[in-house]
Amino acid sequence: MPQIVARDLAKSFRVAERSPGMLGAVRGLVARRYKTVDALAGVSFSIEAGELVGYIGPNGAGKSTTIKILAGILVPDGGTAEVAGRVPWRERIAHVARIGVVFGQRTQLWWDLPVIESLDMLRHIYKVPADAFAKQRAELVELLGLGDLLDTPVRQLSLGQRMRADLAASLVHAPDILFLDEPTIGLDAVSKLAVRAFVQRLNRERGVTVILTTHDMDDIEALCERVIVIGGGKILSDGPLAELRAQVSRERWLTVDLADGSDISDPDATVIRRDGNRVCLAFDPSVVSPAELIRRVTAAHPIRDLFVENPPIETIIARLYGA
Amino acid sequence: MGYLAIIAARFRTLLQYRAAALAGLFTQIFFGIVRIMILSAFYAASRSQHAPMSLREVVGYIWLGQAMLLLMPWRIDEDVLRQVNDGSIVYELARPLDLQAVWLARGVAWRTAPVLLRLVPMLVLAMVVLPIFEPAWALAPPSAAAFAAWLVCFAGAIVLSAAISALMNVTLLWSLAGSGIPMIVGALATIFGGLTIPLVLFPAWSQPIIYALPFAGLLDLPSRIFTGNLPAHDVIYVLADQLVWSLVLIAFGRWLLARGVRKLVVQGG
Repeated sequence: MPQIVARDLAKSFRVAERSPGMLGAVRGLVARRYKTVDALAGVSFSIEAGELVGYIGPNGAGKSTTIKILAGILVPDGGTAEVAGRVPWRERIAHVARIGVVFGQRTQLWWDLPVIESLDMLRHIYKVPADAFAKQRAELVELLGLGDLLDTPVRQLSLGQRMRADLAASLVHAPDILFLDEPTIGLDAVSKLAVRAFVQRLNRERGVTVILTTHDMDDIEALCERVIVIGGGKILSDGPLAELRAQVSRERWLTVDLADGSDISDPDATVIRRDGNRVCLAFDPSVVSPAELIRRVTAAHPIRDLFVENPPIETIIARLYGA
Repeated sequence: MGYLAIIAARFRTLLQYRAAALAGLFTQIFFGIVRIMILSAFYAASRSQHAPMSLREVVGYIWLGQAMLLLMPWRIDEDVLRQVNDGSIVYELARPLDLQAVWLARGVAWRTAPVLLRLVPMLVLAMVVLPIFEPAWALAPPSAAAFAAWLVCFAGAIVLSAAISALMNVTLLWSLAGSGIPMIVGALATIFGGLTIPLVLFPAWSQPIIYALPFAGLLDLPSRIFTGNLPAHDVIYVLADQLVWSLVLIAFGRWLLARGVRKLVVQGG
């Protein structure tokens, strides 16, 4: 039995539409027009305990709505979901006691209180025994490097510091499942790496199931074995990252630094970019092998350097969204 | 346990605003004296021999009203308004707590902390300092029985005020701007809670209506107990009024909140 099951989840929102101008504003008072937006239109997946799943999609795709439904915050219009044997929105209080949630754009810490007091409040809210809490807190403080920040009021923390404190806050009660909604949004490179390393450890060493939404494809490449892509309220793809690449395109890129400014052309490859003497060729390895293409190119042109790579994940995802 | 922690944290936060409390204290003393002068003038000009409340009781009633100003549910809880507007309300729902109970706990702290901060200096001033300068403006000390009875319905008033505040929070799920309904409730509570004039001074025909509203239990009934306008043993009726209204408002709030959460829209990340 998978730990998390979503079946045909559907949720639509009614958004009031307003006609422009003064007349429109007056008309809106009398007769409002509503537009129905389908945030989710039948989303199904299942996740086993201990998985680390990336849940990605463009803005407005339904990522956060899914997370909020699974976290018991929103009630879907249709479909069912079960997390650890519970329907989140029916048994919200029992459910949320066993999960952790971080919404990167918001903080769950008390703005005016020092971090340590926020953690202590959460201990009371989650009814964590004092000794278990002391142990958990010491571990989180060490892993997240919070030692110097504990006495600082949350409003004085930088975004990266706040995110680390928020991660600690979501784990005070040692949940089995962690929902991370854009945990790296707006963070600098160092903080991103710290968050990633922490999430990875949590998943590997403690076996915490993690569902992560992000727009940062480096997060996905660094962390997730499995990626669920959502667009327009529907699942577009679900599987390992390598499979996602294969599904969208088998394309590889050959980048060549030419010694002169000559033009490259090859019947089995297309030039997708050219900056000065650097040329990037896209090719399908099932049509022409990389070795064969390199042989042809080096035979025809003086080459300073070359390398073959996968297209960046952004490109893959953009194609999937576009489809 | 979790709810107590919320009350305690809220208390600590609210007690930080000492400068605001001091400024509020002076403003309320000033307006207390103005109100006393106005009502004294009314009483001096009145030809009626049967005022439902003596001037001495009215003066006491006004001082209590000034001291308990912040007990009145006339504003929305800014933090809750912010949570609803910026969406961090999601975290309240992501915790193993009952949202309405959280709001009641916040309400209790919010209505208690600032009142306690002002109540003591205000009572000392009105009962001890003013008699030296202007005895006519002074608050007459209550009998021990009246004081004890007042303490009981002071607690009842806090619960009632928290119940109204929690209900106002629920309305935020429908109207995001947050100012409309609290403004209406605030105006009603000010007039029918007894903050403008004692409710017994309203026309006789309106008395049954005014006392049938939930607001009389906030300030009017406790102040009448304190000043001796109502006998101390009537505290039982006052408490019953406060508790029945609290239960009705809490029950209504629960029903409304359950509907609100079903239609909740939390936009963006």
